[in-house]
This record gives sequence, structure tokens and C-alpha cells, in this order.
Amino acid sequence: MMFAPAPFLLKDASVSQVMTQVCLALIPGIAAYAWLVGPAILVQLVIASLTAVAAEAAMLKLRGKPLAMFLSDGSAIVTAWLIALTFPPLAPWWLVVTGTLFAIVIAKHLYGGLGQNPFNPAMVAFAACIVSFPALMSQWPSVGLQMPLLDQLNVILGLAPRVDALSGATPLDAMKTALKLGEGQIDIAHLLANQDIYGNFAGRGWEWVATGYLLGGLWLWRRKLVTWHAPVAFLAAMVLVSGALWLYQPASFASPVFHLLSGGTMLGAFFIITDPVSGCTTPRGKLIFGFSAGLLAYIIRVFGGYPDGVAFAVLLMNLSAPLIDQLTQPRIFGMKGRQS
Amino acid sequence: MTRDEFTTIAHNGLWKQNTALGQLLGLCPLLAVSTNIVNGVMLALATILVMALANVAVASLRNFIPHEIRIPVFILIVAALVTVVDLLFNANLHELYVVLGIFIPLIVTNCIVLARVEAFAAKNPPLNSTVDGIFMGLGLLWTLAVLGAMRELLGSGMLFGGIDMVFPGLSPIQVLPESYPGFLLGLLPPGAFILLGCMIAWKNWMDARAAERAKRQAPPPAAPAPTAEAGA
Repeated sequence: MMFAPAPFLLKDASVSQVMTQVCLALIPGIAAYAWLVGPAILVQLVIASLTAVAAEAAMLKLRGKPLAMFLSDGSAIVTAWLIALTFPPLAPWWLVVTGTLFAIVIAKHLYGGLGQNPFNPAMVAFAACIVSFPALMSQWPSVGLQMPLLDQLNVILGLAPRVDALSGATPLDAMKTALKLGEGQIDIAHLLANQDIYGNFAGRGWEWVATGYLLGGLWLWRRKLVTWHAPVAFLAAMVLVSGALWLYQPASFASPVFHLLSGGTMLGAFFIITDPVSGCTTPRGKLIFGFSAGLLAYIIRVFGGYPDGVAFAVLLMNLSAPLIDQLTQPRIFGMKGRQS
Repeated sequence: MTRDEFTTIAHNGLWKQNTALGQLLGLCPLLAVSTNIVNGVMLALATILVMALANVAVASLRNFIPHEIRIPVFILIVAALVTVVDLLFNANLHELYVVLGIFIPLIVTNCIVLARVEAFAAKNPPLNSTVDGIFMGLGLLWTLAVLGAMRELLGSGMLFGGIDMVFPGLSPIQVLPESYPGFLLGLLPPGAFILLGCMIAWKNWMDARAAERAKRQAPPPAAPAPTAEAGA
């Protein structure tokens, strides 16, 4: 059912169409990810999706909502995929299940279900799990780890021991730790030259995953499913603050390219802060939302204690989204000044 | 005090006006000390003692306290009682006293105590007020015990952690297997808020169901009228 003013262009407007396209847009990133760490990520995607659908169905039934209509909208699948993509690919199965249950049951349905959640469910899941299981949530597979599917499955299902090869850090985390341990003795150029974890410009392999998300995000923008405001503001904030610090002290602050292509920057910019439910809706609001989220993400990831800052930045901004929307209402046509 | 009065006071304290689930008072100590059953129950016991004594003291003096300065007088009475409890804990349960820390002295500022003194003890005879203090405290006690048990179980897989501080011979019960990784969020403040929210939702749901049942049972007396009319 569409009620919209002219022009009456055919547009994909239903929730399930939007969600399907968001999933499609994630595929380049997922493909690069699977090429990098092997099929483990696909296993995690399946686990997360099954859990999300089961939890969604159970909650809808409990709340007495029509099952088929809401279940087929695909929003639970998008949440599940974002969770699987932000969790370590070789995390035990129950970690992803816990995160997904937390997202669907607490962050989504206890707040009123689709369209009512003040926080991005996937980011709530990430925050809850990294606070509860900090060790497991920062064990990423080491660079160039080649494991057959069966071994990866055994690790995920907890049948094989979690060996050291599984417990690397992300390039972002590795750099922060190295700088902290180096106490000013180690500079970034040295780190980049001597460790192959950092790859060409941001982290071996991870830079291509980020590029995949970027491609998917640009496609979403071309399809007019997201507007340019929030992603551009987010990336601009990231570039501005990291660029300024990098120019000021290139030895202890990584370049903007590193920050753009590592951690959750690209995934966050195009798939998380563009969430129409928990983000801002006015154009100016989206700019403020994206810029502040980028700024906070940089501050948390560089100066904070957690491996990456995107999740906490997004949650903090979700909290302020209603206020920002309130303050950035566009001028009504034909009126002078703001009418509020 | 009649039997009816007693039932009403008890029902109010334990369920209807439950300090945590109904009135949402005193949430600071509630959330801070409910990390396990032992801490929660011991703080609730201290609060019960203070509330019962404060209520009986205020109820006995209620006709002598000038209305305009009643709040400072109430606070003085409560503060004196809390000091007694604080010293008692320090002397007899020193380890627990260290764990509960600032939250024992903070019973003075706990709004439940002042609320009961002001709303009940200042207007009712001493016996009723004592019963009210005890049952309001018992309501707090079971809420803290349930919340503490849930947080402890979720966070560490154990129950009765720290019981040895109260009864030296006993040890905590490991409920979930040793390999349980511990959902740390349960022990952190957000976990307390989420679980308390769930308990409030559960209470509201029970109340709504009871109200519905009462409504469904109520119609029968009214129902015969139409049949009588139809018969006529």
C-alpha cells in the first residue's frame, strides 16, 4: 500500500523488497570475507539467520502478531547478517546465537518490534557480547589462516580446541596494542613495514572486505535505498579527524585510508547508520548523525579500550537521534522560518 | 488492628505497592547490590529493620512532631537507626559490611524508608505502622532475592555466592556446569535494568490477567437480570 505525492514513479517501497536489496548489497563484502577466512563466515550467517527467524517467530507468536506478514519482511535476516558479519568468524556457535537472540528479543521486540526499536539491534548485540565476552569477541583468525571447512565447523561447534592460530587481533586492534606496548618507541611506518598483517593499506584482506561493503553501499545509494547524507558525513568525520591527527603526528596516528578500510567503518557507514528506524530521518539530521557517529567511532577506536568503536558510537547516536530530528525539521513550504 | 487491615497492609507491601516493582522506589541500592542473592537479601534485611523501627518510632511520636519540620525530624530518626544497623553490620558481619560498603549508610536516603514514614507511619497507629514497615521490607526482600538470583545465575552460573560471609560453614552452589562462560552483562548495571524491566512487565501482566479474571467473574450476578426479564 503506497500513499505518496507526485511524481508517481515506480519505487521499491515494501519492507521486504528493501530488506532483500540490503542483503544483496552485502554480498560483495561477504564474498571477499569468505575468500579471506574461508567458509566459516557462511556457517555463521546460516546460524545467525536460523536463530533470528526462530526468535522472530517465537516473539511474534507471543505478541499475537500475524506471523507470515512480519516474518517474510526480511528485517530479521538483515539483523542476523549484520551480527554474523561483525562477530569473529570462528566464534563458538552459541556466541552468535546469544547475540542474535539478544538483538531480536530484547533490542527489537521488547521495544515494540519492527519500526519501534530506538537502538540498532545488531549493534546492541555486538555491544552486549563484547561487554560480556571480551576475550571471545576479540579472537580473529590469524592472517593467511587456511583451514578446511570441516576444521572450521569443529571450531565453531566447540568440538575442536581453540588454538592460538584462531586468536589473532584485527589490524586495528593489533596496531593499538602495539602502539600502547611500544610506549612511543614504535612508530606506525615501522609497524606497517615489518608486519604483513597490515596488507597494502589497511589490513591484509580486510581492506578488500571493506571495499566490498563500499561497493554494496554505493549500489544501495544508486538504488535510492539510502541517501548520501549519513554515509558521507560519517566517512568525512573519519577522514577529517584521522587526517588532522595523522598530519600532526604521523608516527603515532594511522592514515585516514587505514581508518576508512579497517574495522567496521564501511559496514557502519552504509549499512548501520543508514538504518531508517534507529537513525535520523531529516536530511540535516542525517548529516549531524553521521558526522557525530564518525567522530565518536574514531575517538572510541583510537583512545578507548575496545577493538572498534563503531558499535558504541552508533548506539550513542541512536540515543540522540530523536532530539536531532526534532531540532532539524525542514522548513514547511510557504512558511517563513521554522514552524514547530 | 483487624484481620482485614493486616491483610491489606501485607498485600500492599508484598505485591500491590511493592517498593521495587510497583512504586519503583529505591532503585539505586536495588540495582547496585542485587549482583547476588546474599548481598541483596542482607541489605533488604537491614532495610526491614530500619523501616520497622523508624515506622514504630514515627507513629508513636506522630502527634508531637510539628507538621512544618516533620521531614528533618523523620530523617534524624532514620539516620540514628541506620547508624545502629551500620555499626551492627560492621561488628558482626564485617566481610559483608565491606562488600555492601556505602549502601548501608545510604539506607538513610533510601526513598522507600522516608516514603513509608511520611505516607503511612505519620498517619497510622504504631502497630499498623510496624506491620507496614516489615511487609514493605519483605516485598523489597523477595524482589532483591529474585533479581539477585537471576543476575547471579546468568552472570556466573552460581547461586548463593558469598554465603560464607554470613554462614561460615556454607559454600555457593554451582548450578550451571563449570564450563559456563558467564554472561557478564547480567552482573553489570544494564543487566540489572533489563531484568528489573522484565520483572515489572511480569507483575503488570499478572495484574492485568487477575483484573480480567475478576471482570469475567463479576458479570454472573448481573447476568440473571436479562433472563428474568426475558421470562417476564
